[in-house]
Amino acid sequence: MRNPRSWWKTAVGILLTGAMLFPIYWMINVSLTQPNELRKDPPNFFPVNPTFDGYSKVVGEQLPYLGTSLLVGLGTVLLTLAVSAPAAFALAKLRPRGGTALNFILLIAQMIPGIIMAMGFYLIFNSWGVLNTIPGLILADSTLAVPFAVLIFTAFMSGIPDELVSAARIDGASAWRTFRSIVLPISRNSVVTVSLFAFLWAWSDFIFASTLNRGGDLQPITIGIYRYIGNNTQDWNAIMATAVVASIPAAVLLVIAQRYVAAGVTAGAVKD
Amino acid sequence: MTALQTTPGLPARGGRGGAASTGAVPPAAAARRPRRWRGQLTAWAFIAPVVIYLVLFYAYPLYRNIDLSLRAYTLRSFIDGTAPFVGLQNYFDVIQSSTFTPALINTAVFTGVSILFQFSIGMALAVFFFRNFRLAATLRALFLVPWLLPLLVSASVWAWMLNSESGVVNAVIEGLGLHQINWLTSPQWALVSVIIANIWIGIPFNLVIMYSGLQGIPGDLYEAAALDGANGWQTFWRVTFPLLRPVSAITILLGLVYTLKVFDIIWIMTQGGPVNASTTFAIWSYRLGFGGESPQLSPAAAVGNLLIVVAFIFGLVYIRVQQRVVRS
Repeated sequence: MRNPRSWWKTAVGILLTGAMLFPIYWMINVSLTQPNELRKDPPNFFPVNPTFDGYSKVVGEQLPYLGTSLLVGLGTVLLTLAVSAPAAFALAKLRPRGGTALNFILLIAQMIPGIIMAMGFYLIFNSWGVLNTIPGLILADSTLAVPFAVLIFTAFMSGIPDELVSAARIDGASAWRTFRSIVLPISRNSVVTVSLFAFLWAWSDFIFASTLNRGGDLQPITIGIYRYIGNNTQDWNAIMATAVVASIPAAVLLVIAQRYVAAGVTAGAVKD
Repeated sequence: MTALQTTPGLPARGGRGGAASTGAVPPAAAARRPRRWRGQLTAWAFIAPVVIYLVLFYAYPLYRNIDLSLRAYTLRSFIDGTAPFVGLQNYFDVIQSSTFTPALINTAVFTGVSILFQFSIGMALAVFFFRNFRLAATLRALFLVPWLLPLLVSASVWAWMLNSESGVVNAVIEGLGLHQINWLTSPQWALVSVIIANIWIGIPFNLVIMYSGLQGIPGDLYEAAALDGANGWQTFWRVTFPLLRPVSAITILLGLVYTLKVFDIIWIMTQGGPVNASTTFAIWSYRLGFGGESPQLSPAAAVGNLLIVVAFIFGLVYIRVQQRVVRS
């Protein structure tokens, strides 16, 4: 299909991509702009006189927030995997009664608006005493990922040949052993996909953080940025530097796991 | 609701509705399936954690939310745990509130306009990137970036870009000799601003799904169209577009469900203001419950429940459409 005349398509493609990514370029540009040049009109379109003050402020003021987000993200990944992978194995290979209904409920669960969950959690966490705690936030954030994770795992594990599972059974392996030693290792790719998304959603969460962890000692980076915006609306170069740092997981994800990301988006929606 | 009526015992469909790889398992293969390790008990031992999880962290919060909306919850309720039952009073109050009509209109406009542009731009880009050219795969991957960024980051960047005095957008507009626009602070532009940011965030999702839809169209159909002398435009409208209809339906319905929930972007950029100019149901509910000094949790829950009804209606339609697509 590639022909010599396709260079102009490449040119158009680069132009479109450039336009699409302009806000990201702008975020980086502003994060490097001298504070006294932020209000310049017209603004500097290139970081002609770059400063790293914004980034040193991030290191000075935002590290605890970043640490909390990392912890919450990892906790969410572990909880999500622990709850969803075994269930998906059963749904895909053990044909439980009521499995179809469960699938249906999971699809519906994904559609509940976050604000509604946040309000319910607020009351429940208040009586359980886990408001403003990291375990509480992990629990809430995991609800963003669990239904998606079960659906992804089920779709993937359904593709594993039944012969493998029956061979293990004939060799005398228990169901748990089969799941742990055969099905889970084969499903490595879907484990990566689910982990990446669970981490990214927990890392990016703002609504649960701002409702369930508004007064805690340890707050995630989204709250860090939000506070920054509220407290010093003048200091946009530090705000944008924080935003750049908060985007790093997304960038890492895209570089090391691009194909998993595309697979995840598609599988989550159309499942094919 | 057909999903619920399927008999679980049928070999080919048992317990795996939805996933495309379900396919039709030939009877011979079905018979060779591993027979159950102590049957249903084992299966449900694996499923139990997720069921308990769903009950505790989905059903229970939802129940508390409905209960909350039927009571008059005050700060005192938090301390002594009592709140008088008031029936549907919160719902009446919310519907008669002066915020109701603007919030309803804003939610409809925000959702409708966002989807219209996200979808058409996403589809156009998918068709464009589907043509094999140098760097196509790399550029398509880069298009995913806005979708992966934390919403709070994207919203902050857009808020600064649209800043009246120092934003780059107004700098360009003034460079073209036009007057600056008060994007986030004027009633007539606030909703437009948050819609623009939301379209930007939604394009990658639409692009990826529509691209996967294009991959599902058999290549020989295009060859046949080319042989019949169809030009690019005709091929798109006569071949590509009709064949993309099922995927399009799914994309749009999912878009509806997701866009109704949008909260972060609007809250960061305008907090629903000025006054109610960009207040949607999600924003209204948050502002009632958590936005002010004195939380009004009960009305907030009522607004949230109105939103959930709408989301569920679209959600059920989505599931119906999706099942039809998987079956065909």
